[in-house]
Amino acid sequence: MNNETIQVLAAHIATHIIKQPKRVITPDEKILSSGLIDSFSLVDLSIFIEEHFGVRIADTELNPETFDTLAQLAGLITQRQ
Amino acid sequence: MPAQIEPTFPTQAGQAATVAQRLLDLAKQAPEKVILRLLFNQAPDQPITYAELLQRSNGYAQALAGAGIQPGEVVILILQHGADLAYAFFGAILHGAIPSIMPFLTEKLSPEQYRRSLAALFEICAPAAVITYPEFESEVRQAISPHASIRTLLLSSQIAWPAEAAEITPTKGIQPADIVLLQHSSGTTGLQKGVALSHQAVFNQLESYSRALHLAPADVIVSWLPLYHDMGLIAGFLLPILSSIPLVLLSPFDWVRAPYRMLQAISQYQGTLAWLPNFAYNFCAQKIRPRDLEGVDLSSWRAVINCSEPMYYRSHQLFLERFAPYGFRASALATCYAMAENVFAVTQGGIDAPVTIDPVSQRGLLIDRLARPPQPGEDVISMLSVGRPIDNTRVRILDEHHHDLAERSLGEIALHSDCMLTGYYKRPDLTKKAFAGGWYLTGDLGYMADGEVYVTGRKKDLIIVGGKNVYPQDLEGLASEVAGIHPGRVAAFGVPNPDTGTEDVVIAAELEDQNLDPEDPAAQAIADEIRQRVTRGSDVVLRYVKLVRRGWLLKTSSGKVARSANREKYLSESDNFSL
Repeated sequence: MNNETIQVLAAHIATHIIKQPKRVITPDEKILSSGLIDSFSLVDLSIFIEEHFGVRIADTELNPETFDTLAQLAGLITQRQ
Repeated sequence: MPAQIEPTFPTQAGQAATVAQRLLDLAKQAPEKVILRLLFNQAPDQPITYAELLQRSNGYAQALAGAGIQPGEVVILILQHGADLAYAFFGAILHGAIPSIMPFLTEKLSPEQYRRSLAALFEICAPAAVITYPEFESEVRQAISPHASIRTLLLSSQIAWPAEAAEITPTKGIQPADIVLLQHSSGTTGLQKGVALSHQAVFNQLESYSRALHLAPADVIVSWLPLYHDMGLIAGFLLPILSSIPLVLLSPFDWVRAPYRMLQAISQYQGTLAWLPNFAYNFCAQKIRPRDLEGVDLSSWRAVINCSEPMYYRSHQLFLERFAPYGFRASALATCYAMAENVFAVTQGGIDAPVTIDPVSQRGLLIDRLARPPQPGEDVISMLSVGRPIDNTRVRILDEHHHDLAERSLGEIALHSDCMLTGYYKRPDLTKKAFAGGWYLTGDLGYMADGEVYVTGRKKDLIIVGGKNVYPQDLEGLASEVAGIHPGRVAAFGVPNPDTGTEDVVIAAELEDQNLDPEDPAAQAIADEIRQRVTRGSDVVLRYVKLVRRGWLLKTSSGKVARSANREKYLSESDNFSL
């Protein structure tokens, strides 16, 4: 389910990447081009996705053209599972 | 060990008086030598020989001449990682013009803010030309005001290459004391200070630094550092190219997404030297998957040099533990203290002997301002030495009246050398302020012990994040524009993060509305807006935004927000942080 995926991603990003556990990240909020996730944290995100969902995101895909919202990212994950 | 081999720099390249002449000499001596290898994300590696570098650079020189650009005029380069950046840079130099590399627009930075930065840069250093890509032309044009000094916008697509490089001569009349390049820090404040360096200063630095490194023909330098930064431009570009040392160059944007590429490049090309800011040690140690290191052999690496931001013993340990199984040697851990105002290196450590580790009392450093051994019960800080001054540079530690301090006393680091900046370009006021009695005042704090230099912090409020200098006033200005914030009641500062090995950027801001709880969702919306503004306006990502009630921020006697005092207050109130 996409919603579940979105929730897992949102919780991980809020807690471990931006370190504001209370921060609500909406499915359509821009997360890369807005600077919410900085470039130094992109690898963390792809490692988390690989470990948690078993899906590989190539380093060449870590850009807003591939995904810029949780909804897009969840879609990518679901598609590859 | 290469220690026995004479350095290549002064001998092999002869005694050229200018950088252009040096490039010509090198290209004549070894035209077919691959001096630069560019690595790309999804394209094959691009080897570039001296002959190609000279010929293509000459294309840019001819284009500048054809456009009526005069020697001694400034040319701004707005180009990304790639061959054109190298060609345009040396092309400007062959023509006798003064190149300055401007960071490229990133996806996070707002185009409006970028345009403002460009316009400010154009205003300050009055360039005669800008070189960019055709795709970026309209962006640059929008930043050029009607009365700007720029006469030519040269596009990388317009450059013609004469078929033969046989008769290339550099512009006549360029003297060793003339300015060869400008180097800017980023941000609104950084752009005010274009560090102007002469041919002679660059040569003097490269000669002394080559000796400190025992640079030898077997060396190969691998770098992902951006060329608009002194560490990238000097250590990761000019040093190898002007010393006949092969350079393998990656893009910083690719590296941050795939840090293993640098290690694979070391392995593939038998890299021997690399410079990294401290955070990169943690980053590489923590964020590389084992599968990306399969077959990687790091035994050729003789020095990985920590430079450009505060360095931590723990970062070295993390790096060593993670990469020792791949052949990385403990003896390769090295340190350097550098700044654009000295062209690059001031000191070098870890080449002739392991980096000295000086265990000192934390209380001694913070309270007594003395690097002394810890007494029972006192916390210990393992200070990493940045080594000894390179042989053309002298270092002193000064008190606030510019008197010398005793060994192990904490004071401002001042330096003197034969490779100092000519001045901040067109800013004699700033240049004058930076010197006292002929000594450059670095604004860094540190001490000396047994001839070695230790850097403990900064006198100025500068924040260094991931090796990049960030001026707090730039961020405070952006945050002050946010509705709901009491204008001017904002403090930006850095706090060290031991996990990442660099500083986290924090903004504390007072809310306008006295009745608004900082935990209220409405306040959180203001915090989000600050984040957004700062990121879009400066390309700096804030780690924490702390909203506080009116009166929280401490002020100086003159009513200004006191950054370091507020930083201390912030740290004392954060439960998740300890030094």
